[in-house]
Amino acid sequence: MLTPVTLSRIQFAFTITFHILYPAFSIGLATFIAIMEGAWLRTKKIIYYDICRFFTKIFALTFGVGVVSGIVMEFQVGTNWAGLSRDAGDILGALFTYEVMSAFFIEAGFLGVMLFGWHKVSKRLHYMATLLVAVGVIISAFLILIANTWMQHPIGFVLENGNFTPTDWFAILTNPMLLSRFFHMVLSAYIATGCVICAISGYYLLKKQNEIFSKKVFKFGVIAMAILTPTQLIVGDMVGLDVHHYQPIKSAAIEGVWNTSRGVPYLIFAIPDQANEKNYFEIGIPYAASIINTHSLDGELVGLKSVPKDERPHVATTFFSFRIMLYLGGLMILVSLISAFLLYRNKLYEYPLLYKIWILLAPAGFVAMEMGWFTAESGRQPWVVYQFLRTADAASDVNRYQVMASFAVLLIVYGIIFGFFYFKYLFKTIKKGPKRFSDKEINYPFGYLQSNDEANK
Amino acid sequence: MTDLEYILPIVWYCIIGGGILMYVILDGYTQGIGILMPFAHNMHERNMMMSVVLPTWDGNQTWLVFGTAALYGAFPAAFGTLLPLIYLPIMAMVISILFRGVAFEYRMKSTEYAHIWDRVIFTSSFITAFMQGNILGAFVEGFHHEELLKNYFAWHSPFAYLTGIGVVTGYALLGATRIVHKLDGPLQFYMYRVSKVCLILVALFMAIVSIATPFVHPEVFSFWFDLKKIPFLAFLPLITGVFFLWCWYELISQHNDTMPFILSYLMFICGYVGLGLSTYPYLVPRSMTIWEAAAPTSTLLFMTPGAAIMLPVILVYTYSAYKIFKGKVHDPISY
Repeated sequence: MLTPVTLSRIQFAFTITFHILYPAFSIGLATFIAIMEGAWLRTKKIIYYDICRFFTKIFALTFGVGVVSGIVMEFQVGTNWAGLSRDAGDILGALFTYEVMSAFFIEAGFLGVMLFGWHKVSKRLHYMATLLVAVGVIISAFLILIANTWMQHPIGFVLENGNFTPTDWFAILTNPMLLSRFFHMVLSAYIATGCVICAISGYYLLKKQNEIFSKKVFKFGVIAMAILTPTQLIVGDMVGLDVHHYQPIKSAAIEGVWNTSRGVPYLIFAIPDQANEKNYFEIGIPYAASIINTHSLDGELVGLKSVPKDERPHVATTFFSFRIMLYLGGLMILVSLISAFLLYRNKLYEYPLLYKIWILLAPAGFVAMEMGWFTAESGRQPWVVYQFLRTADAASDVNRYQVMASFAVLLIVYGIIFGFFYFKYLFKTIKKGPKRFSDKEINYPFGYLQSNDEANK
Repeated sequence: MTDLEYILPIVWYCIIGGGILMYVILDGYTQGIGILMPFAHNMHERNMMMSVVLPTWDGNQTWLVFGTAALYGAFPAAFGTLLPLIYLPIMAMVISILFRGVAFEYRMKSTEYAHIWDRVIFTSSFITAFMQGNILGAFVEGFHHEELLKNYFAWHSPFAYLTGIGVVTGYALLGATRIVHKLDGPLQFYMYRVSKVCLILVALFMAIVSIATPFVHPEVFSFWFDLKKIPFLAFLPLITGVFFLWCWYELISQHNDTMPFILSYLMFICGYVGLGLSTYPYLVPRSMTIWEAAAPTSTLLFMTPGAAIMLPVILVYTYSAYKIFKGKVHDPISY
């Protein structure tokens, strides 16, 4: 039965799944552009400038989509999740306000200078704008993760008539789950972007186009991925420890554990059956789940049966999304390390197959990130504020036809403008390739950006 | 009620009001230029019009995000009550904002479809402006929760339609005078004429809305026609009239291409203050005051230092971003 709650959940899941792709790509690209612009200012090599300008085009496209799809979410919190707004608004709303004030304005305010200011301001000022945008998007991610982490592990409040009233802001801002989750997210954004950067440059190398440009980018991408992906494994392990400690039922769903037990095997594959409270077709590695979650051989894992049926998440969703994330992560580590090894042996550009693999891996980072979020968000159900507010109680008292109508429109609109046209223009930009700038164009700007009164000076 | 409990909600009411005002005047001209897209004669003129808004539209729009987030933070009860009540206009506005934002980016990437994206910019700007006016009208009228749950078209009223069209013409005026300020040549000359038409329409709508507002509810009526307050309150319509005549003079004389823009802003601010006075101190009109809706003092105290530090900083760099892109635009921009 499609109740307004279910519809609102599907609608929110849909919009946030779409939305997060673009900020994550923006986070990665902003840092990448900032590094390349720094390299240009330091080495004065124009190739770095070309790289900046090319990826700025992709960044502009992505950032705009991220902003507007974020606005949808902001309003949805009020329109579809009025219960959450009223009860937890005292805490979440303040965090969102800080997010907008400290980060969002920086990004949006300096974006114009970053995109259109190449010849309007000095190089140093432009670099400052780029850096501020890059730092701004990361602060944004941090503040949004404070809000989300509070919902996963709510602390620093008292309940007054069903209202979460903050009593200890310091505790909220220093949530013990926060730092590992934040680094996990930023790293996943970098990795997802790294995959795309390697794929784009791999595509050019395969086509033997823009070779100086793409060798530079590919080499940077491979080195970055070889550092980032193993680091992500370590950070992910820290997140896993925290989840096991603070949200044992989520861990149980991730590992498919029904009965509380010790020395639990890690299930490489299984089909969890929610109704009959067991798994089918289990293939496991003995003791591995205990080692992963507790770092000890006979560590105890709380089972799903320890809580009533209506307090359990949907196990299969959590179970499979975690596995897809993990296995994609493993694949990315493998390919990154092989590429890094080839680079070390000076054979990086000798295997077209490697380019093809990287092109295929282009969406891998994003899929892994989405699956990680699916794990985190489905694993804490049926709670929206973990163990304090049920998702069903957080929804608005709105007419279900309104939700249906808005969802249908959102579905079509997202499909057209994000699904179809974003990729159309992304591929078009990639096909067109980077522009090679001449020294004259950069240092004596007579480009189309310059207005006549400046030229007359 | 302690002093803090009394004052902090007022402070945040003003901060949010100021944020929304910034949105209205900054994004207002952006939407206005979108609404005026069909008036451009060719692709080049549309490119020029877009060049006026492109470097700053992202920052402009952020004021809406700020106003909404701050409403959520400072007045969560109102946020949770108001938004479901105006579900459909909000969704229509949000989807239009979405279309407009991507159309700005996509039209630069597109060659064969650029004219279609221009139509998208026009349509979405128009709907966004209309819905904002519609929400404003519904807000001033006030609403009853039970009524709306049964009939989700209750925000459709003649008054809300009127304010919807009023905001569309108002934004068009801001857009036209902004183009007068930023461009020159035939397009500027043409926009002088468009501004004149918009100005008359805006004056008409402001007059109708001003006359209608006191009659939407007895409480609003008694506020505006309180004999003791009339000498102060009469100042507002009078000064609006002065700005209107002055703006008209500037548009006819064409001596100064900045003044029409500033004067239309001032007219907008007057209308905004008038509507603010009509609804104060309600956040959900006639059912929830700012003190009833406010977050606890601990939340407001947490938010206030942030606003005190960050808002001036934001204003300074918004100003400097505008300064970097100041002066006439002579050629279409791109990146």
